Amino acid sequence: MSFLSERRTERRGPRRFSGRDLAVIGLLLGIPVLLDIAIVWGPTLASIVLSFTSWDGIGDINWVGTQNYVNLFTNYPQFWPAARHNLLWLAFLGLVAAPFGLFLAVLIDRGVRFSRFYQSTLYMPVVLSLAVVGFIAQLIFSRDQGALNAIIGDTRSPTDWLGDPDLNIWMVLLAAAWRHTGYVMILYLAGLKAVDPSLKEAAAIDGANEAQTFFRIVFPTLRPVNVIVGVITVIESLRAFDIVYAVNHGRNGLELLSVLVTDNIIGEASRVGFGSAIAVVLLTVSLGFVVTYLVQELRGEKNR
Amino acid sequence: MTVDTAPARPAAQPAPPPPPAVRRGVRPGRLGVHAFLMAVSLAFLAPLLLAVYASLRPYDETSQYGYFSLPRHLSFDYYRQAFADSGMTKYFVNTMIIAVPGVLVTLFLASFVAFALARLKMRGGIVLLMLFTAGNLLPQQVIVTPLYVVFNRIPLPYWMSDSMTMYDSYWAVVVVQIGFQLGFCVFVLANFMRTLPQEILEAAIVDGAGVWTQYWRITLPLCRPALAALGTLQFTWMYNDFLWALVFVSDGDKLPITSALNNLRGQFFTDYNLLAAGSVIVALPTLVVFLLLQRHFIAGLTLGSSKG
Repeated sequence: MSFLSERRTERRGPRRFSGRDLAVIGLLLGIPVLLDIAIVWGPTLASIVLSFTSWDGIGDINWVGTQNYVNLFTNYPQFWPAARHNLLWLAFLGLVAAPFGLFLAVLIDRGVRFSRFYQSTLYMPVVLSLAVVGFIAQLIFSRDQGALNAIIGDTRSPTDWLGDPDLNIWMVLLAAAWRHTGYVMILYLAGLKAVDPSLKEAAAIDGANEAQTFFRIVFPTLRPVNVIVGVITVIESLRAFDIVYAVNHGRNGLELLSVLVTDNIIGEASRVGFGSAIAVVLLTVSLGFVVTYLVQELRGEKNR
Repeated sequence: MTVDTAPARPAAQPAPPPPPAVRRGVRPGRLGVHAFLMAVSLAFLAPLLLAVYASLRPYDETSQYGYFSLPRHLSFDYYRQAFADSGMTKYFVNTMIIAVPGVLVTLFLASFVAFALARLKMRGGIVLLMLFTAGNLLPQQVIVTPLYVVFNRIPLPYWMSDSMTMYDSYWAVVVVQIGFQLGFCVFVLANFMRTLPQEILEAAIVDGAGVWTQYWRITLPLCRPALAALGTLQFTWMYNDFLWALVFVSDGDKLPITSALNNLRGQFFTDYNLLAAGSVIVALPTLVVFLLLQRHFIAGLTLGSSKG
């Protein structure tokens, strides 16, 4: 155990850990660390390496340099639509669902009656499996029997909400936002509860109105929550998969990068190298945000 | 990072002035807020209610009159059909085989890592914490390909997996679930354990307690609220998972319930009412868990809340 602090050990006494202690630490720390490396970090590195090969999962591994990436960007018609859909996903969750969640949290935090009921109801979709969300979306948006078309009442030329490649991404985004809003709301609600009420009182005494108090005083103190919500939104939009897969396996207007990865490895033509290249694109984008988040974490860690 | 839920209110407050919201609490404004929240709540509930309603009605009726019509026949036929013909019971069992050991092992391993990081003050602890936290934030698709290839090459004896490989066995899904969720649990539990008083541990050390006793007898019992919260949350996540089983299991009989939902869809014709019944069946356990353990659930998210 090289990272056991020598200095502290001396300060606390000559023998801080007995042999049995070291065995317990070694075993119970070793297993999770190895597991994390074997399941998460090893495969991540392997994905990066494989993305420079033309491997099909069975034969020899041939080095092809950046050819997969060149093909991906110039020669793979699904890539750009998929990337655009992921971006749209991010924009919709970040600019519509998350602010709406914040808005609901602020309303509920003002201490209206029945707030528990509102809170539970708005949060309920979060516990649903995304696959279930995808199936429920089909009940609402299906062309012939869907509830939406029944409300609109257009029976002559009903809109095929999930079949029209220009429309369906928006309907799926609505379903995703249904789930994301409640999640964001709960996080902000916890954050708002922790805001020191004397701050608001001081602002009120100084004559600030509610909007000013919120945007100038409360919102800045929510910074840690904002960061978390930001990270969750980014991760959620990069991971998006289940809903579109439940709707139509991610085709016909619902292409996403995650679907392309899955298609390339469990499809008939198992193109491991190429699929990995798409995964690395996902990784690169997410890593930018993850690192930003960790830097902030580290800073907080030092202040602790 | 934790969203600090501890009330940061000053201890003594001489005659608290009424909060601004109350002072200007004009009735019409209040009513508007209620109307708005009620409308949004109903809109959020509507899809679920519609699913329940659709699942109780025969296909002929909804195909003729649409989902938005008054009921003529209501029955639980589709639920019977889902359980009898589509084997939902089997898939439920599959999910439990994956989720129960998954949650228990994850919590056990993660709590020890968190204990080591938060209480034993080891050098390099921060690096380890970052390793776990960042790992949980990666998109699943980044790790799926190599794992798929590797699992296909790991032989397992027949008594462990009838496919003779790790691929197409519960082991693959359980191990990946544990490995992937460890990061989140370590992060949350480490944050929680830091808030526990160090003195209790020091007293135990003076009494000659070893590391195992400090962990199992002293620290874990104090972590019960955090473990309850995480257990609830993790169970829901593992229950809801869709991707891992889809990629690592090919035998339809081994699928967990979320992935098996797809089986209710026919190849040429989909009975959406049956699908609605299936969705309700799948959603029900998580909804019940949520309604019963809501407090834990929300605590789990807000304790750590770095999960995507």
